[in-house]
Amino acid sequence: MYSEKVMDHFMNPRNLGELENADGVGEVGNPTCGDLMKIFIKVENDKIIDIKFQTFGCGAAIATSSMVTELAKGKSLDEALEITRDDVATNLEGLPPLKMHCSNLASDALRAAIEDYRKRH
Amino acid sequence: MSVKKVYVDHSATSPVDPLVLEAMLPYFSDRFGNPSALYSQGRDAHEGVEVARAKVADALGAEADEIIFTSGGTESDNLGIIGTALAREQMKGHVITSSIEHLAVLNSCKHLEECGIDVTYLPVNEYGEVGLDVLQDAMRDDTFLVSIGYANQEIGTIQKIGEMAEIAHDNGALLHTDAVQAVGKVPINVKDLDVDLLTLSGHKIYGPKGIGALYVKKGVSIEPMQHGGGHERRLRAGTENVPGIVGLGRAMELGQEWLETDIPRIKGLRDRLISGILGSIENSYLNGHPDRRLPHNAHFRFSFIEGEAILLNLDYYGISASTGSACSSRSLKASHVLLAIGLKHEDAHGSLRFTLGRSNTEEDIDWLLVKVPEIVAKLREISPLGRGADKER
Repeated sequence: MYSEKVMDHFMNPRNLGELENADGVGEVGNPTCGDLMKIFIKVENDKIIDIKFQTFGCGAAIATSSMVTELAKGKSLDEALEITRDDVATNLEGLPPLKMHCSNLASDALRAAIEDYRKRH
Repeated sequence: MSVKKVYVDHSATSPVDPLVLEAMLPYFSDRFGNPSALYSQGRDAHEGVEVARAKVADALGAEADEIIFTSGGTESDNLGIIGTALAREQMKGHVITSSIEHLAVLNSCKHLEECGIDVTYLPVNEYGEVGLDVLQDAMRDDTFLVSIGYANQEIGTIQKIGEMAEIAHDNGALLHTDAVQAVGKVPINVKDLDVDLLTLSGHKIYGPKGIGALYVKKGVSIEPMQHGGGHERRLRAGTENVPGIVGLGRAMELGQEWLETDIPRIKGLRDRLISGILGSIENSYLNGHPDRRLPHNAHFRFSFIEGEAILLNLDYYGISASTGSACSSRSLKASHVLLAIGLKHEDAHGSLRFTLGRSNTEEDIDWLLVKVPEIVAKLREISPLGRGADKER
């Protein structure tokens, strides 16, 4: 049911972990509904120079988190803010329809991290 | 990449045993006749059906004419529950079931509610047991049917069906039990239990899919839901699924032998799996009752991770299991069974069911005891939960 790309990001997640002294942290979802994503960013000159994630959730939740970190790394904050749920899904060669809504929260978590950074700086 | 396959989802379905298949094959070709026909092919098919009926009856301690062949567990549940209501003078009265039943039972009861019958869905304790006092207290003067599953499809908890039948009878009600998961795993004698209706299915016991049976105790009256040519004592019209029936008969017969030979071995493997998992993984728990459970069922929950993600990892290593997580269900709802035993949504998410079968070996358990802890550790590494403060949860 999942594309090869989803399985690749799920089995070998990129940018996994926590950033010590992150400049911004975004968290979306909750454990009750089965998905919780946390994104940590390090920012220099308005650019995301490092990004990491932690996710509790299904295969799609983990794969979308991994993908969004890949898409955002190296981008300016304004560019990163333009990454949508659809971009994440397209780059993963699609998600099952059921998973498009419930597990595709990674771009929201990224946006929350950027907003957190802007609030703090 | 070729991976060793370890199938541990026998409560979902089981492979047809070669001996069962061998028994079925002639009935697709040489003995293809319609059992209702007078000529030799028809008589051969009729004999196949009746020999199978006797085998099913024998395995349950029933009489042959108490066995009605159906298309499977779902149809048997519908016929047993709705058919009992239809046999009453009016669509009124009260039915009792539990909150952890299979959807075939729950939705049959919901249908009765729509027809004007009151239904009580009994709660269960943390192990998934329906209390006898809880059942007794729920009985009403107009209760005409109690339907409680013999053993739960997810957590494997076994109910006290004999005692429940007594309570039902003392109050003038019938007792139906869905024994789909229990047949072939524990000895079942319908006379000793004194149940009135019992559901069983072929494909959970190394028989084919699309065949099942309903035991209807002599003297118990139900009405058919499928109308036609009067087959199966008028209770289930339609030309018989002869190869399926023959397969079910053979599977029930073999199942009696396997209760003595295979089940103790499978239980030993299951016990090793449970102690191995609980002993090697922190924050892991067994769902269901520690002793009063099906001998092939091991149902765990792991804190801080989600079940679909566990299944995908297991599948990568050739291991087939199942979960009660909302994320892997069509409805995106957590298992009603796990919520009914009091699990929080996040704990229901991290559930994992292994149901062992005849093909499983000590090596399979070795492999599970290597891979499951590895996968749980990997997913916990990915998860933000269970770190620092909430590790104590």
